[in-house]
Amino acid sequence: MKLVVAVIRPERLQNVLESLFRARVAGLTISRVQGHGGETERVETYRGTTVKMELTDKVRLEIGVSDHFVEPTVNAIIDGARTGEVGDGKIFVLPVENVYRIRTGELDRAAVTPVGVQPD
Amino acid sequence: MPPISAADTAWLLVATALVLMMTPALGFFYGGMVRAKNALNTLMMSFSALGFVGLAWALFGYSVAFGHASPWCGGGQYFFLRGVGLEAHGTIPHVLFFAYQGTFAIVTAALISGSIVERMRFGPYIAFITLWSVVVYAPIAHWVWGGGWLGKLGALDFAGGTVVHINAASAAVVCAVVVGARKDYARQAILPQNVPFTLLGAGLLWLGWFGFNAGSALGANQSAALAFVNTMLAPIATLVVWTLLDLTRTRKATAIGAATAIVVGLVAITPAAGFISPIFSIVLGAIAAVPSYFALLYRARTALDDSLDVMAAHGVGGIVGALLTGVFAQKAWNGGAGNGALFGDFRQLGVQAVAILVTILYSAGATFVLVKLLSLVASLRAEVREEGLGLDFTQHGEEAYSHGEGAILLLDGRTESPAPAQTTLKEA
Repeated sequence: MKLVVAVIRPERLQNVLESLFRARVAGLTISRVQGHGGETERVETYRGTTVKMELTDKVRLEIGVSDHFVEPTVNAIIDGARTGEVGDGKIFVLPVENVYRIRTGELDRAAVTPVGVQPD
Repeated sequence: MPPISAADTAWLLVATALVLMMTPALGFFYGGMVRAKNALNTLMMSFSALGFVGLAWALFGYSVAFGHASPWCGGGQYFFLRGVGLEAHGTIPHVLFFAYQGTFAIVTAALISGSIVERMRFGPYIAFITLWSVVVYAPIAHWVWGGGWLGKLGALDFAGGTVVHINAASAAVVCAVVVGARKDYARQAILPQNVPFTLLGAGLLWLGWFGFNAGSALGANQSAALAFVNTMLAPIATLVVWTLLDLTRTRKATAIGAATAIVVGLVAITPAAGFISPIFSIVLGAIAAVPSYFALLYRARTALDDSLDVMAAHGVGGIVGALLTGVFAQKAWNGGAGNGALFGDFRQLGVQAVAILVTILYSAGATFVLVKLLSLVASLRAEVREEGLGLDFTQHGEEAYSHGEGAILLLDGRTESPAPAQTTLKEA
């Protein structure tokens, strides 16, 4: 069981979702976050005030998957999120102790397997 | 020459201010319908027209439209406002007539922006509308209102159905085709960022339109009163029919639909405002809802990214309005200007069709040449990356809805930030 956490550009979210759905990754959570990577600086001016934006809007995806699904998931995210410019984001793969499905109380592999698919 | 009338001058002073307000109103109407990352850019496309097109009008446009030279194009005698003084033009001072017409040029150019929002670079856009107002808008205004050949042919266009709306819509379609679709068009849902802005814009447009239509009588008279009442009645009918269509089709009366309906009704009554009776104004407004409603639905399924539907609202609405002017016009109401087909003069309908056709052909052709020439000297489109980040930041260096988190103050033009935030984070 792994938790894949990815931080990506908001404008690539649609591509990443499409690419994940193509890879049959079904369960995921997203949140809008702000972060600082190595982006080139972004300067904005409001009347006399010039500011450098050190935090950039990002989207964080959290996806719980069974071990053999880690690679296709990561590849799908990279596929969808990459622009080649600094600031494309990061993917973290974390170990997970337990996963429960709230509706049924199913545990681990059964819990991360989408409804209607036979756990293998 | 009749003397200057105080009443006429007072009304035109107010009407000029009302029409000038339509351009910011249009900015809000359009600005509500784009994504948040392009909100300022879309508003700026209207606001900058106030500056650049207004200036071009003062220096050149007015003379091209209202100078006396040939039936095809005005002369240069009013270039740089020479000879535009306090003397009477009709019953109002000439300078006031110039300013009033200037507000029309500005809003017409701004209308085009609806078809190229969210992807056109700002510099080329400014260059385009500025040149467009002189080489496309001004000649067509001359043909219809400046003593040109369409006016002499007897085309009825009270306040600018052809000159403003059909003209702007034709140019808008050409721009959408040449600039190309947004990268996300037809790939993902593009939702409006602020529907209340769009309703606010539509409401202010309606208010401004009383100056647009009733002011076009160029006096405080019966014709102005008729145009005023018709400007109230036609959108009322369009709004009702549009809402009923919405309810029948989806069981929901949409707010963007209501805002669009108001604009379509206003567009449709524009050429007819001072020429038809109030009861036929209601009929005209009601009829006008239908073609635009279905044009909107159809356009969204095509490859044409006329993003804010300038063609469906202003083009189709304008054509329906101009044709119906040729049907419902009534000498008893318009002081003998002309009868429509319903009152025995079928020729009027033909003349209206000619005016529409010629406007579309000239506007589309001249716009195409102009945009193509501009594309030779500058790239019209923002890069894909810029389009993704949004034009507010990439074109203007601002955001519509900024939050202060992570913003570090740069003082006195120093490029290095005084705060250590960046360095600490990098070392970590």
